[in-house]
Amino acid sequence: MRSWDRDPILSVDHLSMRFGGLLAVGDVSFRVGRGEVTAVIGPNGAGKTTVFNCITGFYKPSMGRLALAQGVPASAAEIHDLTRMGRASVKTAGGSLHLLERLPDHKVASVAKVARTFQNIRLFSGMTALENLLVAQHMGLTESGLLSPAALFNLPSWRRKEEKAVHRAIQWLERINLLDRADDPAGELPYGDQRRLEIARAMCSDPVLLCLDEPAAGLNPRESLALNDLLRTIRNEFATSLLLIEHDMSVVMGISDHIIVLEYGRKIADGTPEEIRTDPRVIAAYLGVDEEAVEAVEAEVGI
Amino acid sequence: MTATASPGTPGVLGAAIKDALISAVLTALLLTPLVGFRATEDGGGPLILTYRFGLVAIFAGIVAVLRLVLNLTLWRPGRTRVKRPPSPALVAFTDRIGTAAKPAFFVLLVIYPVLAVLASGGLGPSRYWIDIGIYILTYVMLGWGLNIVVGLAGLLDLGYVAFYAVGAYTFALLSTSVPVSDFFAGALGADFWRLWSFWVCLPACGLLAAMWGVILGFPVLRLRGDYLAIVTLAFGEIIRLVLINWVDLTNGGAGISSIPPITFFGIPFSSGDDGFAALFGLTFDPMHRNIFLYFIILGLAGLTAVATIRLRRMPVGRAWEALREDEIACRSLGINTTLTKLTAFSIGAMFGGFAGAFFAVRIRFVSPESFTFLESAVILAIVVLGGLGSQIGVAVSAILLIGGMEMLRNLTFLKSDWLLGPDFDPSLYRMLIFGFAMVAVMAWRPRGLVSSRLATIFLKQRKKVSADLVAEGHG
Repeated sequence: MRSWDRDPILSVDHLSMRFGGLLAVGDVSFRVGRGEVTAVIGPNGAGKTTVFNCITGFYKPSMGRLALAQGVPASAAEIHDLTRMGRASVKTAGGSLHLLERLPDHKVASVAKVARTFQNIRLFSGMTALENLLVAQHMGLTESGLLSPAALFNLPSWRRKEEKAVHRAIQWLERINLLDRADDPAGELPYGDQRRLEIARAMCSDPVLLCLDEPAAGLNPRESLALNDLLRTIRNEFATSLLLIEHDMSVVMGISDHIIVLEYGRKIADGTPEEIRTDPRVIAAYLGVDEEAVEAVEAEVGI
Repeated sequence: MTATASPGTPGVLGAAIKDALISAVLTALLLTPLVGFRATEDGGGPLILTYRFGLVAIFAGIVAVLRLVLNLTLWRPGRTRVKRPPSPALVAFTDRIGTAAKPAFFVLLVIYPVLAVLASGGLGPSRYWIDIGIYILTYVMLGWGLNIVVGLAGLLDLGYVAFYAVGAYTFALLSTSVPVSDFFAGALGADFWRLWSFWVCLPACGLLAAMWGVILGFPVLRLRGDYLAIVTLAFGEIIRLVLINWVDLTNGGAGISSIPPITFFGIPFSSGDDGFAALFGLTFDPMHRNIFLYFIILGLAGLTAVATIRLRRMPVGRAWEALREDEIACRSLGINTTLTKLTAFSIGAMFGGFAGAFFAVRIRFVSPESFTFLESAVILAIVVLGGLGSQIGVAVSAILLIGGMEMLRNLTFLKSDWLLGPDFDPSLYRMLIFGFAMVAVMAWRPRGLVSSRLATIFLKQRKKVSADLVAEGHG
């Protein structure tokens, strides 16, 4: 049994997304392993970002189930029971289980703890780097209400809480080497720094699953390597599983444990990087040949 | 120096003179029918046509001279703009002024009534200046209240006056209500409601306005940008129309009068033995009440400012600004955008409600006339001119717009015979000048007087965020 089948944090079953007459994603099922780095790859227009938007609640899928198990793996029976019950979330023996397609987008982030970054960076560009990281901790800071008196009157209990949040932001700024620019507006930072700041911001919201939409897009090779290090740090030091869309094969092959390949909205391959590298259908999809011609291509590239 | 860049060369001068002459001819042609002919009526008789070609010539001459001067200076071909960085001494000086400005501004506001009395020579004559102070501060407060909604949360609200009206009518209705008065007469003494109604009603007015903010917010906050603006505009008009047409409750267009006046926390400003003057050993003067009103609106405006400063540093305030920057990113971080927008809407409305209660107790009369769309537009203009999100900018623009419009009334020297004659009424041109001022500010400072944003928290140094990076919000 594969590691991602043994302990999946996210089980995607029969996910379909239809925009009018266009089937953007058709019957895609896969597992995202807990504590692993899972990459979704595929040619442009394959439906990768649509899958992401379904997982993070920005789209409501036309069909399918997205079950996220926090803490411990959920049994098939538990998922089935929750689906029958008609509720979105349930507490299980060692954690909780959420059906993401039933949660509104902000609850996918705050309750199911799925954070994401965007293909085109969406930082709060008029706010400083530090402020960006504090906004990300909004849910933790507003546990006692949006307008809690402690915060309104700046009581010591609130100040301790805020100090903790600032401390955490500083730790992340150190980790991404931006401590010196903490008071600079996010929009003034270089592109590569903005990418890393966006990842740090997502991590500040304390996610169990972090979805990265093309984190290496537009980075130079040196910045790409720094990104790899950051992603490895996140996987090794935090209890966060990673799901990423990426075109940069050095990033994908360098850090992923598990790769899913989409083409025209369908899953065409699913396996370890080695398996994907040699999968004839993936090669066909990327090099653009008919399946009959795959063997010829393979012979040509020497597999 | 090249030949084309020099103003003295015949090429440039000749072209400038030619341009000036053409402009003069065009002006003359354009103005001859508009200004040159004038039909006057002479006591019911036929219309008499008079000719004013001299005036046309004067206008054409002005245009020619202005264009000539501009063509030789600012519009000179090949002129390069020299941009010098400000000298460090100047920067240090403006920084020092910047840090000193806020306390100085505050002290000036507190001692303003004293200055007004001293400058005008007595309590009675200072009335005009105190009233202007109250008038301006009311708009400063309204501007700061709307600033929360428009400046921080980026929600374009064109119906802010609705909450002002809710506050004013809440106070007017409660304070003149016979059952409420009777109830308190039975419990706390016959005079209680007359003396204390403002202080009891003030929180109620704010809360009710905030509640209306929520009621309006729920259906409209799914709209964005222009659509939100139009619906809030409609909401403002609906409130006004309800006030006009629900005659049983609001007395319709006739309004509600005989609202009890303000008291010094239960002590009336009357000439009697239990009045304010007698109790504090002063000679009675009706101006005491106005000065007290000044300090009330100063306190209310101060409350708005302090609350806004505090809210900006709280998670909810940061969420408002984040919402203005990027709503989708907010949702990806788990922020409930509907709830966050509602808090902005209702807190902004609450301060509008406070200001409304103050308005009612100051004028002691409310009618739907006071809550037209023009009011919303003026308040929004104050916020936009001041710079979205900037408190000091909003205060300065309120002083400039409201105070400036008042000052235009005082340009009586223009009526002297040698200038424009006694028929000239400068106050008629107030709106024209107001419009010009708005266009000028938008041309030179498109993001308002104070366009930079100050960070709410900093590690080493609080830096200004330039307006290019700060989003304006899309509703």
